[in-house]
Amino acid sequence: MNSYRARMARANQLIDDEPGTAASAGGTILRLERLCSALTRALSASGAGVSLLTDDNHGGGMVAASDARSRVLEELQFTLGEGPCVDAYVSRRPVLEPDLRARGSRRWPGYAPAAQQHGVRGVFAFPLQVGAAHVGALDIYRAEPGSLAPDALGQACTFADLAMRILTDGQARAGTSQFSPDLDDALANRLEVYQAQGMVMVDLDVGIGEAMARLRAHCFAAERTISDVAKEIVAGRLVLVRDKT
Amino acid sequence: MIAVDRLAEVFVEVADTLVDDFDVVDFLGSLTRHTAEVSDAASAGLLLADPHGQLQYVASSQESVKLLELFQLQYREGPCLDCYRTGVAVVNSDLHHAGQRWPLFAPRAIEVGFQSVHAFPLRHRHKVIGALNLFSTDTGMFAPTDVRIIQCLADIATIGLLQERIIRDAEILTEQLQSALNSRITIEQAKGVLARTHGIDVDAAFTKMRDFARRNHHRLSDVARAVVTDPTRHPELTTTL
Repeated sequence: MNSYRARMARANQLIDDEPGTAASAGGTILRLERLCSALTRALSASGAGVSLLTDDNHGGGMVAASDARSRVLEELQFTLGEGPCVDAYVSRRPVLEPDLRARGSRRWPGYAPAAQQHGVRGVFAFPLQVGAAHVGALDIYRAEPGSLAPDALGQACTFADLAMRILTDGQARAGTSQFSPDLDDALANRLEVYQAQGMVMVDLDVGIGEAMARLRAHCFAAERTISDVAKEIVAGRLVLVRDKT
Repeated sequence: MIAVDRLAEVFVEVADTLVDDFDVVDFLGSLTRHTAEVSDAASAGLLLADPHGQLQYVASSQESVKLLELFQLQYREGPCLDCYRTGVAVVNSDLHHAGQRWPLFAPRAIEVGFQSVHAFPLRHRHKVIGALNLFSTDTGMFAPTDVRIIQCLADIATIGLLQERIIRDAEILTEQLQSALNSRITIEQAKGVLARTHGIDVDAAFTKMRDFARRNHHRLSDVARAVVTDPTRHPELTTTL
């Protein structure tokens, strides 16, 4: 217990030490972004990101990342509907992939090649959970292949616990059934995806789950991100049409 | 009187249960068994105060109807109630001299075969949250060092309870976060559905849905869920006239 407390304190210290805005300033999202940067630095990784997910695998979105490329990588999992983050959330255990080139494609046929195109070789995802409840995952990206050393693995788990704590603290401030405003802001560009999903449901006369699958299929075929496509659908510039069968 | 050689094992075992798959009822059950064992008491049990300040039985070293009755009697009078009210341990209380103090409890405890009784407070900061109860079949006295050790075991029970509360609180917050996220998403999806159905923009769709919810005294998130999963539920909202 003592060493757990010491590890948490050390992780908190690393986050406080991150350059930039004063550690005490800002809400949930700023703290999570600093957590991602501190973790990236501590593990000599190329980036890290935090995403929230929902049980039906259609919802959620990236809420914080260490840098622009990690944002893209987080988004990628929502565009494709697969990836280590999704698996870590669903299985409630860490998902460790030290080399995407070696085994990745069998695991994630869409995600693995796309992530490699963004310069990622190793990816490590940790569920954000407490007791029986879970809400998302923390992803760590590395440019070089190779496993996380036991020490780094422990550190990553501690940071995941800390991320969960930052989220529950934010929820405690937000109140019973409310969504905290800064999380809402962080998910703002995802909200169009859900609006578009609702529109596709009507356009194609399918269920809401099927609507997301169609939306993803369109993005995959058109090689575009889901938020770009969603933006066009919501603006009325793009309408998906029913297959002629 | 305390079996010191067993004590170290007990602490290690208890520390183990605090970490993985913590089950508070199991934990308190095994703690009372260990307490009885190391203190050489015939029986041990645990009572906790409910939110109304009323003591409730939660665990004991053995299942017995007569013993249960003795714990339950103390909701009204007895060493645990005294200990809970004063925050001070009741130690080495000879039941044969306790008839005046506890007119109901003392004779029943003697009937079951006990000679002496003890109660140790479960303290958190300045509050007492319950009591650890021990029964002996002799009038053997706990020495001051024994008392300190048993109080330690009572403190461990307190730590276990707090740990459980912390986990449960975080779990509830996480579930709230998850459900807030879900309803946020569902509302956006429903906005999309209504925007397309009525040929309006998403803001107008939101206003339409919100007004409908208010007019019919429904929760917005319930209406949104119906729009997305069961469009026939609110035809006046989901069909064009």
